[in-house]
Amino acid sequence: MKTKYYLISLALGALAVSQTSCKPGGGKASSELAGDAAQKVYVAPGTHDEFYSIVSGGFNGQVSVIGLPSGRTLKNIPVFSQHPENGWGYSEETKPMLNTSHGFIPWDDSHHIALSTTNSEHDGRWAFINGNNTPRIARISLSSFKTEEIIEIPNSGGNHSSPFITANTEYAVAGTRFSVPPDNVADVPISSFKENFKGYISFISIDKETGRMGIKFQLKTPGVSYDLARAGKGKSADWFFFSTYNTEQASTLMEVNASQKDKDFILAVNWKKAEQYLAQGKGKKEPGTYAHNVWDEDTHSATSTIINEVMTLDPKDCPDMLYFIPCPKSPHGCDVDPTGSYIVGSGKLAAVIPVFSFDKMQKAIASKAYDGQFDGIPILKYEEVLHGEVQKPGLGPLHTEFDGKGNAITSFFVSSELVRWNIDKLEIIDRVPTYYSVGHLSIPGGPTAKPHGKYVVAYNKITKDRYLPTGPELAQSAQLYDISGDKMKLLLDFPTTGEPHYAEALPASLIKDKVRKIYELEKNKHPFATKSEKDTRVERKGKEVHIYMTTIRSHFAPDNIEGIKIDDVVYFHVTNLEQDWDVPHGFAVRGAKNAELLIMPGETQTYKWIPSKVGVTPFYCTDFCSALHQEMQGYIRVSPANSNVPLKWGLGNTPEAAAEKAVAGK
Amino acid sequence: MKKTLWAIILTLILFGCGKGAKQRAESPETSEDVMEKQEIIHGTEVTEVKLTNPLDAAMIKQGQEIFEMKCMSCHRLDETRLVGPGWSGVTKRRTAVWLTNMITNVDIMLEKDADAQKMLEECLIRMPNQNVSLEESRSIIEFMRKNDGEI
Repeated sequence: MKTKYYLISLALGALAVSQTSCKPGGGKASSELAGDAAQKVYVAPGTHDEFYSIVSGGFNGQVSVIGLPSGRTLKNIPVFSQHPENGWGYSEETKPMLNTSHGFIPWDDSHHIALSTTNSEHDGRWAFINGNNTPRIARISLSSFKTEEIIEIPNSGGNHSSPFITANTEYAVAGTRFSVPPDNVADVPISSFKENFKGYISFISIDKETGRMGIKFQLKTPGVSYDLARAGKGKSADWFFFSTYNTEQASTLMEVNASQKDKDFILAVNWKKAEQYLAQGKGKKEPGTYAHNVWDEDTHSATSTIINEVMTLDPKDCPDMLYFIPCPKSPHGCDVDPTGSYIVGSGKLAAVIPVFSFDKMQKAIASKAYDGQFDGIPILKYEEVLHGEVQKPGLGPLHTEFDGKGNAITSFFVSSELVRWNIDKLEIIDRVPTYYSVGHLSIPGGPTAKPHGKYVVAYNKITKDRYLPTGPELAQSAQLYDISGDKMKLLLDFPTTGEPHYAEALPASLIKDKVRKIYELEKNKHPFATKSEKDTRVERKGKEVHIYMTTIRSHFAPDNIEGIKIDDVVYFHVTNLEQDWDVPHGFAVRGAKNAELLIMPGETQTYKWIPSKVGVTPFYCTDFCSALHQEMQGYIRVSPANSNVPLKWGLGNTPEAAAEKAVAGK
Repeated sequence: MKKTLWAIILTLILFGCGKGAKQRAESPETSEDVMEKQEIIHGTEVTEVKLTNPLDAAMIKQGQEIFEMKCMSCHRLDETRLVGPGWSGVTKRRTAVWLTNMITNVDIMLEKDADAQKMLEECLIRMPNQNVSLEESRSIIEFMRKNDGEI
């Protein structure tokens, strides 16, 4: 008998050994790994990924571009943070992009991606992302993959419920996560939260043609925390839905005090009605200081404008515009299905997923099925608005995306899994573990009216042992799953940086053929552009020295400069005369308290240098440009402040060079 | 019973890795097809360029402007070789068709034209694509002809 147990345990042991010793990466057991995973994610040399995934950079303040299904990082787009790799936030032209009402800020915490849509379908024009710490929204061109605009949000703290957009990209929103007193009367006791703090929700209009943003209006709602949001689609397209927490209106020990109530709210905003009230003159201009920074692709420069007032709408003057939907408990995600019929609340402390019906909400509003009010805003009756609850879905639901086949996939942070369920029947179909503790998830087209399905990416919050260890600080863990079949199958782990909060993926065909390759020299309107080597020169204006410089494989013009003095402020205005794709030149000067410039073909960028030492200082091209790249360098001579060394410059035309040439010619 | 269990143990030890091994064997290899897809996109090769006399003053002017923006960093108008060869005499050494293709279709020239390949060996820098249209390239040639003393 004993022998038998011994043998059985040996058999189980052997099973365990055979299972763990053969799995590919060494992490946890991978029974959920697809057998043909390698083929499914293999993008052969010379071929391209099927989808672009535009991925939030999280606390690196940037945006990554990742190809799917390979998981390869193709580019990091600098947005809210300085990026020494290409001079973003260091060059004179890009510094204004990081200006705010607080002055220049070198960093932010970027959170959510919103890709522009037409009729709630991806149109491949722009990506938007929010800065959470110093509230801002940025717009990135999906042709140049460059940040073109950043707008700051006044009266706001923690711009988390942002930048989600309406069906035709009419608006991006910015709901404040930390309610604050209005900026102009902000010196109040923290304990006066209920009287003085407001939950501002900003609607940022987006120009149809140019994408240009402007704060159209701010809703002055009660002081609660706005977490996430989604616009309606189709029949619900005039509405916007915002999840809330801290309806307790606490201001200290939030993890306890903001989790008291069984239900918080989803705020439903009829934004078309808000526009009508605005047109009727119900808006009120209030003080509010914010920066609006715009990049110009013709002058290759940014301008920053400070604006000092903002239009506000008080819900007390605007009936039938806002309704609260009770939602259990501290809801995080607030996601609208592709048809616009259902709103999925994900109560991160709740044991169910409540699904609300837009039609029922309309009926409840019509019949005034209210359950009291909150600070003057009607609360709709939970049961009257509810389509149904998904029972026992998992622990800690956070976000939901849609597969386009009538199903939703919800991420569960606490139970670390993805759960697929049918929206209509509210039945769970499938679940698959994630490694570890998934936060956001992303299905190509998943938040739009036309999901492409095929894959879901889990953006996990914990990495632990998924990759070779790299000390206490680890890369972030993303995982790609195949969702084309009945069972979700794990295909690939890939690392990302900065803790991405959310990503959106779209078919590469929407973008790849309209990508900018060069800046045409003929269209370069930079005020300091030098469009011919014959125009290169050095000009002194008092203590300022302006160097009009050009680059081409492989020399600078001029490359010998003398007559610079200590205390001068030197500006190198470097124009790259190349006109072929993928031929940037870099620029760096020894001892400069600056990053490099990386100048794209046909572009002009400016490098500020305040020489700190007397002597001859080399500068060089940092981007390997040709077989003679090592020779692409120059010298600039710095003399004492009182020196008489005259300003002079040249390229290959010094008397010594002329003499050498004459000798070589003989 | 004992025998069965031993058989299970042996089976698991022997075949436990079967799936993994198979997976590795199936991992795709790069095929010729895939490599051939990495084609370079060429412009359309030009086979005929019409030259007329007297020279066209408007074309010369445009050609000189393009030269100053996009060419003079590497080419001088005399015989001096800078990055590329000096332009003096170039219209005598080369046909207008050769020059046009060198300006507008440099990839195809470096792939198959022996003279172009020889120039690359000498200069070590590929003649860059400077985003010049056919019409603009014709103006550049007019300017080159003037530089070579034609009227």
